[in-house]
Amino acid sequence: MFRFISMRLLQAIPVILVVITATFFLVRAAPGGPFDSEKPVTREVKAALEAQYKLDLPMFQQYTAYLGDLARGDLGPSFKYPGRSVNELIAAGFPVTAELGFYALLVALSIGGLAGIIAALRPNTAQDYIPMSAAMIGICMPSFLLGPLLVLVFGIYLDWLPVSGWGDIPGDKILPSITLGAGYAAYIARLGRAGMLEVLSQDYIRTARAKGLPEWQVVVKHSLRGGLIPVVAFLGPAFAGLLSGSFVVETIFQIPGLGRFYVQAAFNRDYTMILGTTVFLSVLIVLFNLLSDVLAAWMNPRLRAQFGDN
Amino acid sequence: MQFRALYLFCLVTAVTTLVACGGGESNVAQGNREGIFHYGNGSEPQGLDPHVVTGVPENHIIRALFEGLAVKNPYTLEPEPGVAKSWDISEDGRIVTFHINPDAKWSNGEPMTAHDYVWSWQRLLSPALGGEYSYMLYPVQNAQAFNKGEITDFSEVGAKALDDLTLQVTLDERTPYFIQLMDHYSTFAVHRPTLEKFGKATDRYTPWTRVENMVSNGAFNLKSWQLNRRIELEKSDTYWDRDKVRLNGIVYYPTENVVSEERMFRVGQLHYTASVPLGKIPVYQEMEDSPYVQAPYLGTYYYLLNTEVPPTDNLKVRQALSLAVDRDSLSKNVLKGTVIGAYSITPPDTLGYFPPKLFDYDPERARQLLAEAGYPNGEGWPGLELTYNTSEDHRKIAVALQQMWKDVLNIEVALINQEWKVYLDSITQMNFQIARRGWIGDYVDPNNFLDLFLTGGGNNNTGFADPRYDELVLRKAPQATTKAERFAVFEEAETLLMEQMPIIPVFTYTSKHLVQPSVRGLPSNLMDSINMKYVWLEQDQPAAEASD
Repeated sequence: MFRFISMRLLQAIPVILVVITATFFLVRAAPGGPFDSEKPVTREVKAALEAQYKLDLPMFQQYTAYLGDLARGDLGPSFKYPGRSVNELIAAGFPVTAELGFYALLVALSIGGLAGIIAALRPNTAQDYIPMSAAMIGICMPSFLLGPLLVLVFGIYLDWLPVSGWGDIPGDKILPSITLGAGYAAYIARLGRAGMLEVLSQDYIRTARAKGLPEWQVVVKHSLRGGLIPVVAFLGPAFAGLLSGSFVVETIFQIPGLGRFYVQAAFNRDYTMILGTTVFLSVLIVLFNLLSDVLAAWMNPRLRAQFGDN
Repeated sequence: MQFRALYLFCLVTAVTTLVACGGGESNVAQGNREGIFHYGNGSEPQGLDPHVVTGVPENHIIRALFEGLAVKNPYTLEPEPGVAKSWDISEDGRIVTFHINPDAKWSNGEPMTAHDYVWSWQRLLSPALGGEYSYMLYPVQNAQAFNKGEITDFSEVGAKALDDLTLQVTLDERTPYFIQLMDHYSTFAVHRPTLEKFGKATDRYTPWTRVENMVSNGAFNLKSWQLNRRIELEKSDTYWDRDKVRLNGIVYYPTENVVSEERMFRVGQLHYTASVPLGKIPVYQEMEDSPYVQAPYLGTYYYLLNTEVPPTDNLKVRQALSLAVDRDSLSKNVLKGTVIGAYSITPPDTLGYFPPKLFDYDPERARQLLAEAGYPNGEGWPGLELTYNTSEDHRKIAVALQQMWKDVLNIEVALINQEWKVYLDSITQMNFQIARRGWIGDYVDPNNFLDLFLTGGGNNNTGFADPRYDELVLRKAPQATTKAERFAVFEEAETLLMEQMPIIPVFTYTSKHLVQPSVRGLPSNLMDSINMKYVWLEQDQPAAEASD
């Protein structure tokens, strides 16, 4: 197992280097620069600005300087927010995005997992069709539609929940978590149903039923672990997706997360911020994929045997 | 059976959580009671260093934290005393002497001096700082030369501290709007010892503006700053005019999404919104006691015409395009009456100046002009591309004009949308035929609009070049001794500009806000300028009723 993990970590290094290099040169290739604005500045001012941020150096020198800073963990100053470093902006935004992603994942797992299991128990009956149709709608409904709908119903008509914010007013975390989690709940429901169906048709389940075990024991003790493997394999990419894809929900609910910084950085040509967040998120994605592989191996004895540890 | 129980359990938990969260006092009700103003500010400010940042949300916060030598009265926009208790202007208008109020203090209790201004202006004008608004001080003698690095001795620049409380400013020539510039945040003083504690004067990114470090001089002090969440200000107890300040604090929210902002307003989370979604405006307009407030704004929405490429190099084509635009219909049908049709670059009533209206919607004449240009009824039309930056509202306007040109002139115009920075690049490179543009005034004076089109000016972007126009704006207007004489010069310049038609003026902007009925002392004005010193909250006013 240790060998497996360290191999995967080593493989990740060139991947991340490619990400850095591609991002570094791509953002600079995009038309317009960080200091272009509606009120154009004089040539002198622009030169001074570029000098302050080392943009006057040759491209390759900028690149090596950036790699040097990165090796020390310094992502550089933000161009758009003078006085703030990219490290600081990520440190401010990431915990919020991670918390949102975590709650969304909980929502997705509890709703999606439950729906998937329920559907799999009575395939091709109403108990299957209703949750699965709901899941289909969930997949099709984008968060920029679901979010405002939830706000309109629960925030404005019923006045039960706050319409925006994060941690300012009690209950303001509920709607964004549901909005972000809903799409993933739908995927998990479908994956869970498929996985459970496969397991429930296995011989050992028939044996368990034949020896007279109550249905809940058959489901919880004997089927879940096998049936939810596809869901677990999906969790790593899902959590990475939740972290990097929460921009829309953060905007709808005015949440001070990383997603907003990330997308705005691209519009602002805030080179260091784009690079910093991209590198940060790509490291996270690599880690979560690894984590979900390890979890899947732990749940699946056949896979575990391949690592040859036990 | 077990699953039904589980269903029930989930349902019960969900409902109790929801109900438990409901109720509670809204921001607005609590704010009214405690004198805290909840303000939708559009976006997270880039920063709070007056010499470094640019932008409207920054302006709102900085002008509550800091105060200039003179400030604008929000009702009349006339200058009134700020840090300077009075000022004298010499006979020829070239020497302005500010007398600093001896009670004016920094938030740490230190007195403000004329030296603070000399040092701060030197900082703004230092080439190494890269101050994007350094041109605000260009009327000051030698300021431009110093900013461009042509001279390096700041004592040659026309800003001198005669003593601790007297600041003498020498201008290149008479500049009637100079006092107004003292209310622009780029000309504000910053606290030298604080800045120097954290770095060089010309460093753009030191932490001196953080809550724990910030020293300011306005009616409010910085209390907390949570990135992308809120910025809180509290009433200053060192501000010279503190007895007049009625608010105890302000909370600024970075309300980037206008639709979410409107929802926050509806549930009483905000007293004031930075904007209003276009689709909601008709509903608010029809409400009784509507919280919707709309007022003319010092800004013009126009299209640039590239006079260096065909077919817009032909004056008759440019005129035909402009005359074929039905601005009243655009305003009424597309923009729900939220704008005012424009026929020149300067907005009407800019400090009493009304631009001449030299043409009107005239489809007959437009067709005739196009025929004279060689395209009778659109025959042989080579096609034309209109560039705008990606935005739903810009698209709507462009589509409307595209249709008008099709209907009136029978010509095809293709629309191209570009992402913001790409669009800016196209504009500066003049890589377009027609392009959307807007200009919001920095100060209330026709000069701020007319100097856009000086030969080779950074915002000209049309290829328009007329020596007579340059002469009028650069020489004749500053020499004028009376307001009437000066305005006559501007009128002549404006006439020249519209005769050449390097731009198609489309409309004058309006400012649009939702304001809770409890908010007082916040008059509409052309600059959409708020002086928080004047604002207060009426206690027993209910929050605005929600509507859909």
